[in-house]
Amino acid sequence: MSLQAEILGHFGPYGGRFVPEALIGALNELDAAHQAAINDPEFQSELAELHRTYTGRPSILTEAPRFAQHAGGARILLKREDLNHTGSHKINNVLGQALLTKRMGKKRVIAETGAGQHGVASATAAALMGLDCVVYMGEEDTRRQALNVARMKMLGAEVIPVTSGSRTLKDAINEAMRDWVTNVEDTHYLLGTVAGPHPFPTMVRDFHKIIGEEAREQVLALTGRLPDAVLACVGGGSNAIGIFHRFISDPEVRLIGLEAGGDGVETGRHAATISGGSPGVLHGTRSYVLQDANGQTVESHSISAGLDYPGVGPEHAYLHDIGRAEYRAITDKEAMEAFSLLSKTEGIIPAIETAHALAGAMKVGKELGPDAILLINLSGRGDKDVHTAAQYFGIPLDGQS
Amino acid sequence: MSTPLEDLFVRTRGEKRAALIAYVPAGFPTIKDCHRIIQAFVDGGVDAIEIGFPYSDPVMDGPTIQAAAVTALDNGTGASDVMDALKVASDAGVPSVVMTYWNPIEKFGVTKFAAEIASHGGSGVIHPDITIEESTEWLNAADASSINPIYVVAPSTSDERLAKVTSKCAGFIYAASIMGVTGARTSVSSGARDLVDRIRKVSDLPIAVGLGVSTREQAKGVAEYADGVIVGSAFVKAILDAPTIDEGVSAVTSLARELALGVRGK
Repeated sequence: MSLQAEILGHFGPYGGRFVPEALIGALNELDAAHQAAINDPEFQSELAELHRTYTGRPSILTEAPRFAQHAGGARILLKREDLNHTGSHKINNVLGQALLTKRMGKKRVIAETGAGQHGVASATAAALMGLDCVVYMGEEDTRRQALNVARMKMLGAEVIPVTSGSRTLKDAINEAMRDWVTNVEDTHYLLGTVAGPHPFPTMVRDFHKIIGEEAREQVLALTGRLPDAVLACVGGGSNAIGIFHRFISDPEVRLIGLEAGGDGVETGRHAATISGGSPGVLHGTRSYVLQDANGQTVESHSISAGLDYPGVGPEHAYLHDIGRAEYRAITDKEAMEAFSLLSKTEGIIPAIETAHALAGAMKVGKELGPDAILLINLSGRGDKDVHTAAQYFGIPLDGQS
Repeated sequence: MSTPLEDLFVRTRGEKRAALIAYVPAGFPTIKDCHRIIQAFVDGGVDAIEIGFPYSDPVMDGPTIQAAAVTALDNGTGASDVMDALKVASDAGVPSVVMTYWNPIEKFGVTKFAAEIASHGGSGVIHPDITIEESTEWLNAADASSINPIYVVAPSTSDERLAKVTSKCAGFIYAASIMGVTGARTSVSSGARDLVDRIRKVSDLPIAVGLGVSTREQAKGVAEYADGVIVGSAFVKAILDAPTIDEGVSAVTSLARELALGVRGK
């Protein structure tokens, strides 16, 4: 099903390339490098070795029985991408793309970042492989995620705060694309999600699908059967596609993406692109977009910087339209309740992004009951969110009670 | 049936000079004052006018045009204002086109957009971010309304691809002088001339060069090898820098007069 849909980088009516001609040569070069790499055992073994000795793969599966009591008693299995080096799934993609960058003979990478996880992962890969790295980050996000800004700088990357537009992830991508159009000859754009022009949605998915491949075997080994549902948070959608992909051909497994509902989709202040948007073109690809009647992108809102994006990967748009995956919105409040609950019941502080998937699991678990098995992509850890969460819960940061 | 834009290039080629194409976003500096800027272009001797459809995510534009787009969007500019501005330009007897990113076209309705361009006297649309591979519906719509689909090519575009893109393009081909975004620059890259030479080998279409042209000398230099000179950011900057709209209008007229000499090799 999805193989057929991927011809020319399309997923049904979604995907494709909506970019200046200036970038076509670079996208073709990248596509060719990616195709060659997937068929090259040397590339595959180099990446696998990096994952084994640097990322820390395979990531483990953790059962969460105390959290499960709040999710209808269903079995809750967490795929621990938060334990990867740099603290999230993002490292899977950046190591792959950084290796491709070297194969293409380019010396400089640029990246956009929202929460800072992709920026940190990119800066890490660049440090490891001796590449120059520039990270574009919305000025608003540099304030929300100051710790990650410092991490990127320590890793030797230059962080450029973006002051145009809404000063968040969307505008960081605009600025990165402007840089790329100007410097494409020696620069690779290390895009951090399954959006953007072909080949990014396919390539980034291919670097993340290891999550679902590992998890499927781990769930079978632990429980003897496939899970009833696989859940993941969806901003651009990279961690979700990563864990979904291996299960697409298992029709009995429900795939559930949890979008950032902000103050609630009905309020208009949200980042739930599939739940509350419509088909359109943004950042080089056709997918669902939050937009107004003139096709102008509408600013998104979420407590989670990593989900605060008015677009979504085109494969998710397609999986939604054909009914293979379902997408629901989780409000800021619901996500923060789940954040607190996992911390206190399991001793795992999740990223606020990931907390949206956990809040979804609490609902789906209650719907399916105690016989159900839910697999959740624990895509990132919450260290970077301590400041935001402390403010939200009114916990003083000066050590006073 | 030819468009006024196509007729213009027949004429300027006959006069052995380049055409001067000026850009302003609809709704900038205000919805009404944009119409005064258009008249200033006409008074200054501009040959064709490019009306920008302000867009929230203009990845091909530098800071100057981004700033103008923000102002225009804050003024509430929408598709009807773009069409009104187009009509002001074409009513003044100057061939005019709309420059827009793709999503506003798709949201408006592809066929309807082409029809509205035609009914407002427009000759075509410049669309910097739609590839020929994604253009089937648009090319049918442009053809049905007899308007020119205008693509933008860059120094990095291969010869093979130049042949493909120019075969789908009409009116003129927009040659980006450099790898980069819009904005005035101190010199026009030598890459522009190489690109124009490469396009000539695969197409007879008129070629207009844009990105970075802001002075009479630069216009004169480009006019030696291209059929058209496109100036955008320099006009927008003149408007942004002027303390009042009256001074902005007069700065635009003066700059247009200078550039009009440049495209005539003077």
